[in-house]
Amino acid sequence: MTAPRLRLAVWKFASCDGCQLSLLDCEDELLALAEGVQIALFAEASSNMLPGPYDVSLVEGSITTAHDRERIQQVRAESGLLVTIGACATAGGIQALRNFRDVEEWKQLVYARPEVIDALATSTPIAEHVKVDFELRGCPVSKRQLLELLAALLAGRRPNVSTASVCEECKARGTPCVMVAHGTPCLGPVTQAGCGAICPAYNRGCYGCFGPKETPNPAALSERLTELGMDRATLLRVYRSFNAGAPAFADEAARHE
Amino acid sequence: MSEGTRTIEVNYLARVEGEGALHLRIEQDRLVAAQLRIFEPPRFFEALLRGRDFREAPDITARICGICPVAYLMSACAAMEDLCGVEVSAPIADLRRLLYCGEWIESHVLHIFMLHLPDFMGYPDAVRIARDHPELVRMGLRLKKAGNAIVALLGGREIHPINVRLGGFYRAPKRADLLALRAELEWALGAAEQTVARVSALAFPDFERDYEFVALRHPEHYPMNTGRLVSSRGVDLPVTGYDDYLQEHHEVHSTALQSRTASGGVVHLGPLARYALNRDRLTPRARAAADAAGLGAQVCNPFRSIVVRAVEVVLAFEEALRLVDAYREFDLPALPVELRPGVGYGATEAPRGTLYHRYTVDQDGLITDAKIVAPTAVNQAVIEADLRHYLEPNLHLPDDTLRGVCETAIRNYDPCISCSAHFLKLDVERD
Ligand code: SF4
Ligand code: SF4
Repeated sequence: MTAPRLRLAVWKFASCDGCQLSLLDCEDELLALAEGVQIALFAEASSNMLPGPYDVSLVEGSITTAHDRERIQQVRAESGLLVTIGACATAGGIQALRNFRDVEEWKQLVYARPEVIDALATSTPIAEHVKVDFELRGCPVSKRQLLELLAALLAGRRPNVSTASVCEECKARGTPCVMVAHGTPCLGPVTQAGCGAICPAYNRGCYGCFGPKETPNPAALSERLTELGMDRATLLRVYRSFNAGAPAFADEAARHE
Repeated sequence: MSEGTRTIEVNYLARVEGEGALHLRIEQDRLVAAQLRIFEPPRFFEALLRGRDFREAPDITARICGICPVAYLMSACAAMEDLCGVEVSAPIADLRRLLYCGEWIESHVLHIFMLHLPDFMGYPDAVRIARDHPELVRMGLRLKKAGNAIVALLGGREIHPINVRLGGFYRAPKRADLLALRAELEWALGAAEQTVARVSALAFPDFERDYEFVALRHPEHYPMNTGRLVSSRGVDLPVTGYDDYLQEHHEVHSTALQSRTASGGVVHLGPLARYALNRDRLTPRARAAADAAGLGAQVCNPFRSIVVRAVEVVLAFEEALRLVDAYREFDLPALPVELRPGVGYGATEAPRGTLYHRYTVDQDGLITDAKIVAPTAVNQAVIEADLRHYLEPNLHLPDDTLRGVCETAIRNYDPCISCSAHFLKLDVERD
């Protein structure tokens, strides 16, 4: 007899599918993972959809429709642990830009029959609707962190995921600071680690796809960005991107409105 | 429900990207409805792009789809560079093609082995196939990984690469780093040829249709990043003519915007279309693989798309090897791009077919209008037509059989419903 395996479900809300694809991109680990975990529901990868309850649910995407607002309650009720993956699920994603605009106007811009479109005025993170047990940041999540999460779940321990800034990952990697060396605007000082500081390694400033770090100081960074020549409108846009709905970025953006 | 009426529902289409459903209604042995419904929540990209800086379009639109972000990066760059009158240098164009090869590989291989093959082999998913045929699934995973390695090296990561900018790249790779991929690409080219042989031996439904194929066509290469828009019915236009040719029509019974030709014709995008219109541009080993698989001048059985996809994987590995070998480090990874307000048009060949972007940008560099037509949005009409044509002579078959074939027929197009979120379709059934 083999031990009972962890029953895993993967759910999708408003998103690009990229975070759940990260799971399928674990090419070397996928088959081994399927030994340790029973993938009970993962519609993108299997037409075998088993009913709940599930030990762990990975949730991708944000809440943007009345129907999804109901559905997430159901997911919560059927799940032992609920883990959100990616910027959409943890901060509302790029679609949270609507939170600062009139969504009715947007419906008319995009759809021929706006009156039949089910869309809330906001795009909100999962944690605004139900209790979330753990969050993985990023647009998309990092494969390394995803595997760490699954390994931790299998071992019944807490995942080891850093809450430091991207800057610290730059230092660890030995990448010269793009802001100091080239005056390139960079959100690294206020952005949570996890990606491995990819952008600076490619000569580019961080654009904050992992969202705000714990206790960030975006006001100080904005001052520096202003010295580098950034105007208010640009600053506003810088904080309003893939994690526009995260409070620390939303508040800093509002200061430049 | 009256006597003799059958409704077949697939409430949640599995093994497609995004959320969709299928609704079939059969009355007295007559098919009265075959609708692919999309219930992906709207994300309003065309609206949220308004007011954003023109240089942000590639990274933002990449988030429409995590499966083919490179296609969005490339089409957005093409449109903005068209707007600004920039033509990238040959080494930049080559690197972009190499990046696109990586995406074609990872996306096609994902679709072949994990999404489509289970249909033909009678399994619910690739993990289950692996229990009986571990070497087959392992080969697929290794092929996919080889594609991802290209994207990760040139793009910084597999999904939502960070290294693409208007005019080129933030950083060009070291020759040594590209050469380090070589051995694996060599293996992969051979494995891709084996894949063509394996999938061409599958049993396919006997079904052919006469399609209007549409794809890009380039003077020398099998199309990826650039080309003219051509069709099998003789259309030949620059990309700027896209809107004159394909228009979004509003279906009365739904909220769908379906793309059709000005005269109402339904067109077919994707591997079958690229192949039919560009067979003469296949690379040598890809052509040999197509010949060995018995593919003629064109393939009109949509269920054989899995074979054509595999041929394109051979082509992508062959091209990747050529580009890696020819690569020499160069100085300027991106050309300067100066704003020129106006309208820019761009189209490239996403794995699923032609992806069109059009932007209007003002004198401050802010986007004032955006139009994005994902290939699945265009293919929806042809998918529904396939379903109707397949079903009509086969209505006597049991529901389960019909359901299975219909799901396979939809997956023939590798529909990416996440991409198509702005043509959400509502199902209204009236008596
Ligand atoms: S967080 Fe980013 S990568 Fe993940 S689903 Fe959302 S848009 Fe896609
Ligand atoms: S450096 Fe910043 S923008 Fe780049 S991948 Fe990391 S968190 Fe995302």
